[in-house]
Amino acid sequence: MQRFLLKNFDAVRTAIAILIGMLICVLLIILVSSSPGDSISIFLFGPFSSQRTIASIFEIATPIIFTGVALSIAFQAEQFYIGAEGAFYITAAVGTAFAVSTSMPWFFHIPLILLVSGTFGGLWGLIPGYLKARFNTSEVVTALMLNFVALYAGLYLINNFFRDRAAGFMVSFRLPESAELPRFIDRTRIHWGVVLAIVVAVWAYYFLYHTRTGYEIRTVGHNPKFARFGGINVFKVIIIVHILTGAIAGMGGMVEIMGIHRRFNWQDLPGQGWDGVIVAIIGRMHPLYVVAAAIFLGYLRVGGQQLRLMSDVPFELVLVIQSAIILLITARAFLSQWEARMVIRQATEEAES
Amino acid sequence: MSTLLESIFSVEFFFAVLRVSTPLIFPALGVAITAMSGNINIGLEGIMLIAAFTGVIVSIYTESLMLALLAGVASGVFFGAALGYFHLKLKADIILAAVALNFLASGLTIFLLIVITGGRNTSALRSLTFPSFNIPVLQSIPVLGPILSGHNIMTYVAFLSVFVYYVVLFKTPLGLRIRAVGQNPDAARSVGINVDRVKLYALMISGVFGALGGLYLSMGYVSWFSRDMVAGRGFIAVAAATMGGNLSFGTLLGSMLFGLVNTATIYISSLDIPSDLVQSIPYLATVIVLAIYSARNFAPRKRRAVSTHHGENEHHEKKP
Repeated sequence: MQRFLLKNFDAVRTAIAILIGMLICVLLIILVSSSPGDSISIFLFGPFSSQRTIASIFEIATPIIFTGVALSIAFQAEQFYIGAEGAFYITAAVGTAFAVSTSMPWFFHIPLILLVSGTFGGLWGLIPGYLKARFNTSEVVTALMLNFVALYAGLYLINNFFRDRAAGFMVSFRLPESAELPRFIDRTRIHWGVVLAIVVAVWAYYFLYHTRTGYEIRTVGHNPKFARFGGINVFKVIIIVHILTGAIAGMGGMVEIMGIHRRFNWQDLPGQGWDGVIVAIIGRMHPLYVVAAAIFLGYLRVGGQQLRLMSDVPFELVLVIQSAIILLITARAFLSQWEARMVIRQATEEAES
Repeated sequence: MSTLLESIFSVEFFFAVLRVSTPLIFPALGVAITAMSGNINIGLEGIMLIAAFTGVIVSIYTESLMLALLAGVASGVFFGAALGYFHLKLKADIILAAVALNFLASGLTIFLLIVITGGRNTSALRSLTFPSFNIPVLQSIPVLGPILSGHNIMTYVAFLSVFVYYVVLFKTPLGLRIRAVGQNPDAARSVGINVDRVKLYALMISGVFGALGGLYLSMGYVSWFSRDMVAGRGFIAVAAATMGGNLSFGTLLGSMLFGLVNTATIYISSLDIPSDLVQSIPYLATVIVLAIYSARNFAPRKRRAVSTHHGENEHHEKKP
């Protein structure tokens, strides 16, 4: 038991953090709800109550898998690129512009749009990446600024050149049918983007853990000095990491448009970039766990929506829980004493036997 | 073009610039002081939101402006200290911890607001507001008077805070420690400075500044609390402080540049100028300025570049 706990301590820590988060949530519901029992069961089991709600979980998770996987790559190299939000947004705007102005059969159109948006997203990520790699400019600040640039540039592009004036509000023209990712389950909005997201996650896993460049990325994250003395080209690694992060996050934005909205309708940053930070942390920056984390976040969100619809507990409960969970997971010293005690106990046991 | 100039070079416009800049100056100083201690603080967004909320609620329940102010500042300091606790004690990365705390602030304020009001009609909560203030002699001077006088008292506090920031950072032992820790934590530790404690103090002071900004937003700029009302100002503050090199006067100018552009976009929205593009300019400028700063620090003759850089800082600092 002890050996098992120690071997999987990160997973145990994550599980405990999630458990504490859920306990806080139950506690808050008991405090504020007039019928706590009902509210708790609505929150926990509501997401599984119908086909519609189960579908919602995956619809919400799809774009977050993209941003979460993208950020895992960056975080593994200790690059705190928090520009997924901006990349997600502006790539969707540029991709929409491209999709609306071209027409061809879907089997060319869809891959081409994904290629264009991936390339653009990569270039977008290259800006903070180059500055970091060349001049050691803080990618945190540049990425944060570029989020705003993305917002305003995207608004400019869509509202001035691709705005559908026939629609009552500020949205772009509808995508041509050849650019829509088909939905494959009746009466839901689950679309092929979810398959694409999982493919990207599996690829990212393979890339990070089974290729040389992936190894270099993780080494740079663990110890950049060691990496440099070990002959790793840190400049190259940082550039690659930022390009990949921008490309995957950006592609996620376009996929969300192609699968769900079918036209660009964001007048503000939509938030999936920040959600990506959450799932990257909960998934401990491992692309495959990130998929699970994104589905978990989708589950929490749908639970929150159910609460809003059917109880007196506000949706924002979910924001409280998710921040409590990520705070505990990012706190590296959380439970570290327990771990240290177990290590010592195990060592003495082994020495005695 | 002439209408544009007319509307921009009006008394109302410059009055509005000061008003819009106020909730940027406070958090920018908060970002600046943590930056001086060697940390990037993107948690001002959450600090402002918590303080804005606390101020409104306390002012409604106690009907005392003073208590609202104290409670708001206390909430900001608590939030700053919490960020410090997670970063320094529990070894969380400060960026990720700040992202989490921003989420927490966003969720907690709305959650409590709905619970407290018991319903959806949250704008019914009318907060007390800080008074406006006419400066006796100044107000009678033409042009300058109407621009500078008659602002909310927090606007004057904001300008005063710039001076306070300068004094704290450059004229007090704590300020010296903060700068020492920021420039070289190992050297600071070797002369007996408790690095973590100094960083914690810097975060708590940034909580004070952020709280004042948040309080102004909900109790001066408007008189209510609404969902996510900080609307990115905590992030703009990072830009403003960065642009000003985290120095007192520079941070003030950086904040006012953003205030100017944001005000201008309101004024020119009726004209045929793409206001979206105009709004993106200061952010792009920040990226460029930051790139130039770091390129200079990164120059091959690194030591010399760094020392002249700081020499210039001192020079700038003496001006205000």
